[in-house]
Amino acid sequence: MDLAIELLVSFFLIVAGVFAIVGSFGLVKLKDTMPRLHAPTKATTLGVGGVLIASMLYFLLIKGVFSFHELLITLFLFLTAPISAHFIAKTFMQANVRPEDLPETERDYGWSVYEDPPAAADDDAK
Amino acid sequence: MMKRIFPHPILSVTLTVVWLALVNKVTLGNLLLGAFLGMVVPILTGPYWPRRPKIGRPLRVIEYIFIVLWDIVIANVQVALIVLFKPNSDIRSHWITIPLNITSPEAITVLAGTITMTPGTVSAMLSADSGSILVHCLHTDDPAGVRDTIKGRYEWRLKEIFQ
Repeated sequence: MDLAIELLVSFFLIVAGVFAIVGSFGLVKLKDTMPRLHAPTKATTLGVGGVLIASMLYFLLIKGVFSFHELLITLFLFLTAPISAHFIAKTFMQANVRPEDLPETERDYGWSVYEDPPAAADDDAK
Repeated sequence: MMKRIFPHPILSVTLTVVWLALVNKVTLGNLLLGAFLGMVVPILTGPYWPRRPKIGRPLRVIEYIFIVLWDIVIANVQVALIVLFKPNSDIRSHWITIPLNITSPEAITVLAGTITMTPGTVSAMLSADSGSILVHCLHTDDPAGVRDTIKGRYEWRLKEIFQ
């Protein structure tokens, strides 16, 4: 029985390791900032996720205690990864992408980095 | 009165639960301390978040979480395959504009986060009036299809949740 549990835990650790290394490899391989952003925001989520599942299983099945910390790490990861990706994307576009390179907004206003929002007064009225 | 003490009841409950999970032990002392934090933090941060988001259908939130978790697993495999087996010259990246039907800032935030976490897409920018969102797609031959997937799979669910 112990062997089966250990195999299960190892399986998740290996899956996690594979995805983490693919994510890092993606950073090296992809040639531009925007494609590069895809590698760390995705491939590594499953990398970290696998380690956390393995850790939860280990504590639950072998140590016999339920650990909440892994759930919190997942939560914080899901909160922070998109936000930092968004920051990086915006900073990059501010310096390197011209509005002409982007598709239309299909609205009356342009993209927010290049154009001011409608007057704040309108915003409050909504 | 209730609104003054608990400007964001859901945030208060979340903070208490997060505190209990952080200390990893449920005792009366921890519960009280967590409840205290859950009361004080929303009051202190209230000025930055004056409006209270409405959650119309709490059960839908759970459904949404599971759909997104599943898509994240799929997304990881897809992106890993693209990274490993596609030569750079074959990767066709696209900018995609997605017009939004949702207006609440919370719903747009969740949608932007979801887009970043799921198949081959990163949300990059909002239009100045937050009426549409700019998405960068790592590799696709069908930009319109990606837009329809995001609208059909995530956006209408968020619209139902936040209404």
